[in-house]
Amino acid sequence: MFEPKMDISVDELRHLLSERAEKGETMVLNMGPQHPSTHGVLRLLLELDGEVIVRCLPDIGFLHTGIEKNMEIKRFDQALVMTDRMDYLNNLGNNLCYCLAVEKLVDLDVPPRARVIRVLLAELQRIASHLVFLASHGLDLGAQSVFLYCFREREVILDLFEMVSGARMMTSYIRPGGVWRDLPDGFEDAVRDFLKGIHRRLDQYHALLTKNPLYLQRTKGISAITPEDALDIGLTGPLLRATGMSYDLRKEMPYSGYEEYEFDVPVGTTGDVYDRYIVRMEEMKQSTRIIEQALAKLEPGPFRSANRKFVPPPRSELGRSMEAVIHHFKLWTEGYPAPEGSVFVAVESPRGELGCFLEGDGGPKPYRVHFRTPSFVAVQALPHMAPGHLVADLVAIISSLDPILGDVDR
Amino acid sequence: MHVSVLDLAVKTLQEELGESFLESFDFRGQITVVLKPDAIQAAASHLRNHPELQFNFLAALTAVDYWPQSPRFHVVYQFLSMSHNVILAVRVPLEPGKPDIDSIDSIFPAANPHEREVFDMFGITFKGSRDLRRILMPWDWEGHPLRKDYPLGEEEVQFSFNFDEVNLRKQFARE
Amino acid sequence: MGIEQKLGNMGVVTTTLEQVVNWSRTRAMWPMLFGLACCAIEMMAAQSADYDMSRFGMELMRASPRQSDLMIVAGRVSRKMAPVLRRLYDQMPSPKWVIAMGDCCSCGGVFNNYAVVPGVDTVVPVDVYVAGCPPRPEALVHGILTLYDKVSQEKLVQKES
Repeated sequence: MFEPKMDISVDELRHLLSERAEKGETMVLNMGPQHPSTHGVLRLLLELDGEVIVRCLPDIGFLHTGIEKNMEIKRFDQALVMTDRMDYLNNLGNNLCYCLAVEKLVDLDVPPRARVIRVLLAELQRIASHLVFLASHGLDLGAQSVFLYCFREREVILDLFEMVSGARMMTSYIRPGGVWRDLPDGFEDAVRDFLKGIHRRLDQYHALLTKNPLYLQRTKGISAITPEDALDIGLTGPLLRATGMSYDLRKEMPYSGYEEYEFDVPVGTTGDVYDRYIVRMEEMKQSTRIIEQALAKLEPGPFRSANRKFVPPPRSELGRSMEAVIHHFKLWTEGYPAPEGSVFVAVESPRGELGCFLEGDGGPKPYRVHFRTPSFVAVQALPHMAPGHLVADLVAIISSLDPILGDVDR
Repeated sequence: MHVSVLDLAVKTLQEELGESFLESFDFRGQITVVLKPDAIQAAASHLRNHPELQFNFLAALTAVDYWPQSPRFHVVYQFLSMSHNVILAVRVPLEPGKPDIDSIDSIFPAANPHEREVFDMFGITFKGSRDLRRILMPWDWEGHPLRKDYPLGEEEVQFSFNFDEVNLRKQFARE
Repeated sequence: MGIEQKLGNMGVVTTTLEQVVNWSRTRAMWPMLFGLACCAIEMMAAQSADYDMSRFGMELMRASPRQSDLMIVAGRVSRKMAPVLRRLYDQMPSPKWVIAMGDCCSCGGVFNNYAVVPGVDTVVPVDVYVAGCPPRPEALVHGILTLYDKVSQEKLVQKES
């Protein structure tokens, strides 16, 4: 039923490869979808002159899941479950982006305690995502102990997520109107314990790679890029900040109360692989600062909006109030209607700018939802960054771009 | 406040484009400008090059299908100005029966992957694009999945009451 | 007295050929790196120090299909990826086994649309299905142990059709 068939013919690619390929001076190789260093199912067509790359063409779509079309047949709250699976290292961040868009569309309020919880969890997710970046970056360059250390830290964070929502990765904890349920007892102490240990561990990670002469030789000067070129390609997030331009959506267009927190935005100089690594390491430190401030800001209060037209009532109320039963019934059978109109909301994910374009049509289902994902654009930067480098450098470049193929293909 | 940059953008676009500027409206604090398809290149270069506007980043490029209403396709652009921190949305309804529009990748090179995705998913061609191929679906796929008349492609769900029947129909792989 | 004592003293073990072959097949099964999506992250977590998989002999994940016996399909299989999956499965030398890790490759998971193959068992024959979205690393370890039980009961002289 699924026989292997040949794919893109050379004729379609003739205008993208250089003329030397036709003469036979260079060879066109396939760095296939199944490869240990491509961070997922990314296919690269490399035109090689010996070991130097002349052209590099990414071929994506091997993880295309049709999430955008599938969300159109589900109600707003049901469609939230699918956003977890898009950028699967930034689950709570995806939830946050979608929920902000839904709240903007239907004009729903969010109580202050929920805003603080959202910031706290989003920053924990950012640290977890950067830890996986560090683990796979080290693994690609041959430093396997970094992989084991980083995953050990990530287990602590995943335990925190499990304490809060019951699931390690696909939490769906941030919902339109606030969060799903209140923080359990012992959560704040667990976060404080985590913060106590993370500073020492971050220094250990610095000691492993930052001044290592082997690491410096492999990463300094590789694929340096200017801010103007980065903006032309469409890069955002740590990739843009490593080139020297300080643009962080949490500071420039704050959401969910980020304007009340004090943190710095680390900036690099040349935009090469080493600067991107340093920017992400510093971002982890700044995230711990934000988490400390968020813990101090937590005050007792409601954790989800009280607007019963959009948010289901708690089960304790169902036994006492008739309106609660009616609201519950209506939400579960029909869902809540969204006005006609479209909104666009952008948040800062660990990979860059994650945007959600949401359009309603008066019904209970999103008419069109589109996610502007950062990895989709980052992978398209490879044709600009790779030429002139060796294949081994390409591995370092790909891991520094930190693409997540679920984000790329949706 | 940054509202003045958006007002300036709307005013100067209206002056520059004249008839091709159809309307502008505000929904939940976000301003959208509606243009005709032939004006998009002029609008994009105006937004980018005007000294006081400086919309230097294309945040998103997507399309919406309103089948069976007409005009069927609307292409939506989100331009971001990093120096002023504002987002301007530009909506372009395409003429019925003619799903093509000028490409803006000579002005914003970042538009190319997004245009390829819109072509793949909706079938809207971008004239003058430097590279327009399918990006997410296989190269020989027929149809454009995100159109409203394209089926979702659901499979029959195998519950316990129809477990054996579905097993008979299911093509299990052999060795 | 007798042959049992003598053999025991000399350090000799008696068993059947079948048991030896199955024992050796399970104790050093090398998985092929086939992490596609979110389940791949949990597979990497199962590989790491907290839920160590190298105690089952799976220290290395071989990238080349020619050097591996187990394919753990972790993640959703899209229609563009399915021919690639089949080609890689054909390249693996037998004996080979397949674990379908996660809901998306067992039955399509959360997604029921044009882009995801509903269950990888229409592409390759699957031995063990591990449920979960994504399954916890302990669930994957349980799946591997179930596979070991299955392999240890395999007959040696059997037509592999």
